[in-house]
Amino acid sequence: MSQSSTQNQPKLNQVVEKKVLNSVTKKITVYAPDIAAKAQAGQFVIFKIRQDSERIPLTLSSWDKEKGTISHIFQEVGYSTIEMGSLHVDDKIMHIAGPLGNPSEIKNFGTAVVICGGLGTAVAYPVAKALKEAGNKVISIVGARNAELFILEDEMKAVSDEILFASDDGSKGQKGFVSDVLKSLLAKNIKIDIVFAIGPPIMMSVIAEITRPLGIKTIASLNPIMVDGMGMCGACRVSIDNKTQFACVDGPEFDAHKVNFKELIQRLKCYCNEEKNLSSSYQKPAGEKTCQCHGQ
Amino acid sequence: MPMSRPVNHTATNNRFTAVEVPKQNPKNRTKNFKEVVLGYTEEQAIAEASRCLNCASPKCVEGCPVGVPIPTFIKLIKQNDYAAAISKIKERNSLPAICGRVCPQEEQCQKMCIVGKKGDPVSIGRLERFVADLERERGITVPEVPAWNGKKVAVVGAGPAGLTVAADLAKLGYKVTIFEALHKGGGVLVYGIPEFRLPKQIVQAEIDYITKLGVEFQPDYLIGRIFTVEELFKNGYEAVFIGTGAGLPKFLCVPGENLNGIYSANEFLIRVNLMKSYNFPQSKTPIRIGKKIAVIGGGNVALDSARCALRLGADKVTIIYRRTRNEMPARQEEIENAEEEGIEFKYLTAPLKFIGDEQGNVKAMEIISMRLCDADDTGRRQVAPIDGSETTLDVDTVVVAIGRTPNPIIQSTTPGLKTERGGIIASDESFKTSLDGVYVGGDIATGEATVISAMGSGKIAAKGIHEYLSKPKKSKA
Repeated sequence: MSQSSTQNQPKLNQVVEKKVLNSVTKKITVYAPDIAAKAQAGQFVIFKIRQDSERIPLTLSSWDKEKGTISHIFQEVGYSTIEMGSLHVDDKIMHIAGPLGNPSEIKNFGTAVVICGGLGTAVAYPVAKALKEAGNKVISIVGARNAELFILEDEMKAVSDEILFASDDGSKGQKGFVSDVLKSLLAKNIKIDIVFAIGPPIMMSVIAEITRPLGIKTIASLNPIMVDGMGMCGACRVSIDNKTQFACVDGPEFDAHKVNFKELIQRLKCYCNEEKNLSSSYQKPAGEKTCQCHGQ
Repeated sequence: MPMSRPVNHTATNNRFTAVEVPKQNPKNRTKNFKEVVLGYTEEQAIAEASRCLNCASPKCVEGCPVGVPIPTFIKLIKQNDYAAAISKIKERNSLPAICGRVCPQEEQCQKMCIVGKKGDPVSIGRLERFVADLERERGITVPEVPAWNGKKVAVVGAGPAGLTVAADLAKLGYKVTIFEALHKGGGVLVYGIPEFRLPKQIVQAEIDYITKLGVEFQPDYLIGRIFTVEELFKNGYEAVFIGTGAGLPKFLCVPGENLNGIYSANEFLIRVNLMKSYNFPQSKTPIRIGKKIAVIGGGNVALDSARCALRLGADKVTIIYRRTRNEMPARQEEIENAEEEGIEFKYLTAPLKFIGDEQGNVKAMEIISMRLCDADDTGRRQVAPIDGSETTLDVDTVVVAIGRTPNPIIQSTTPGLKTERGGIIASDESFKTSLDGVYVGGDIATGEATVISAMGSGKIAAKGIHEYLSKPKKSKA
């Protein structure tokens, strides 16, 4: 199911396309030419959809410099994403600020393994693409709960030399987690130069513990709570090597072996109750109703 | 309107006693976010204006960072010519309704007032606010700006420094674009200073005035990311002013500081003021506030945070400050307001660590008593901990308000831009940076200071930019 704009020249911040990728995932494409011109893998934007909306940080999944558009893939798990899901083609998003954060450090490392889970695939795709373009051998490990929930499969295949899948129920690829697939890969003695882990914090921390004893450089893309997203509020502070850093200006990518994931997971739960109450107040279509605000 | 104290209507006969300004009653005002100080009536303003001596060589003007012709505008109030009074102020200050409210006049113009040598100084700030508010109610007249001189200037940051530069240059015929990173203009005036001290509609009216001067306003553009400074020049801007403000919050670096329920003052105030979380859930940004709140720090930001916490429904709000009331950098008037409202002050106290519950929420803090020592080179009294004085204080929310360090984004994306003292952008006396055509002002140039000093530096930078762009261009042979 897809809607596209019929207008020739979209206005700034106007929704030009909306797609339903599967039962829980949507893709929205917005006209924002200055952001599209500058965006790089690993960066994010802040959306503020309406006058009274929150500022929400969302990592870009793709952008088109020619058309001047940016795309974001999301699941409707909280008030703001439900609000985003309610937008139609030609609607205007009130505010979009970006690109924000440091781009991923991309160079030819040799063999790069990109590990992503669920929605993390949307964020991992531009990273994998950039790694491929830089000459790396890219091995992608993509996970989801079941076969229906995999996204961007063709796109990931196109930028990977090898792609491996894991699903909780075994309906696609190896049964189990992406970390199990990584272990299988390591058991084959394949030389890995760098790992990018992008997904829920718990997944990234498990990956970090697998690679730590092997001394494989591992990068995690962190998703803490942010308010301004540009270096003012300090809500996104994370402990890196026991020092406080700010994900919005120092990150969002960090050496996974130095991240205090326990603290990150705890901090992500800070507003779970408020989020739950707010989300349940939204007049939304039938579907999942539980709070899934990143906390895991 | 309820008033906290009787108004001194008899002041016309007493040169040395200031006319009291009506305020919201402390009991009521802690339950709302409406403005605390209500401002003079016309009658009160004339009475207060009559106390001015109209000194031949006015000291008050010397105390004003932007050089407002104070006795002249006060005389015009006495003569009931309010329109002329506000025009006179606006010759030097484009944001009078704001400055009348948040300037530390007691440290500047009013400190120099001759009447103040024998009694209360003339309430210059309140008079400035009176004419600015009156003008806003009656409809702001926009001065005619000269035709475009063909030159474009980019201003980065829509705070007090940037707004001042934009207004000054627009009046000289420049086409000015302000790039603001947030969704709203005003900088610290909207994200930092609370509604009850500076209503946001006043800031918006001042921004509207600047827009009417022909200044273009571009929100959501974080310079350094979407355009670098170099790209602004490529896009046709011939000078760039950087007024990006105070930046990243400082933390105490004590154990437990990243527990849930511990905010930087920036986060706390951004949620409350910019995102209007006091209106949650109508405004969708939540704020978690407990019952026992500690605010750490002694500046205006600490007081603003404490008074917001009270208005959000806290039972007890305590300010923890390691020096005494005498050393507090906050404005005297605001300390008094906070005391009236029932904020508690724990002086000579410093936090040692924060203690959390099983869910990672802060539940207590360990504190230690301090003693005052000799002053250091800067003249500031230092403190030292008193061994064995550690105690525990139960808290469920903490706001850390101990200052900020410069935002690093522009510095790190602008090759050749020199920095100093922990990341502020280096500049000369005209606020020119190490790069030609790039000027700075406000906290990013001076370190943390006041709204008016940011405006003062903006005025100097605007002059510098005008001189720079008026010179014949060197040929790039």
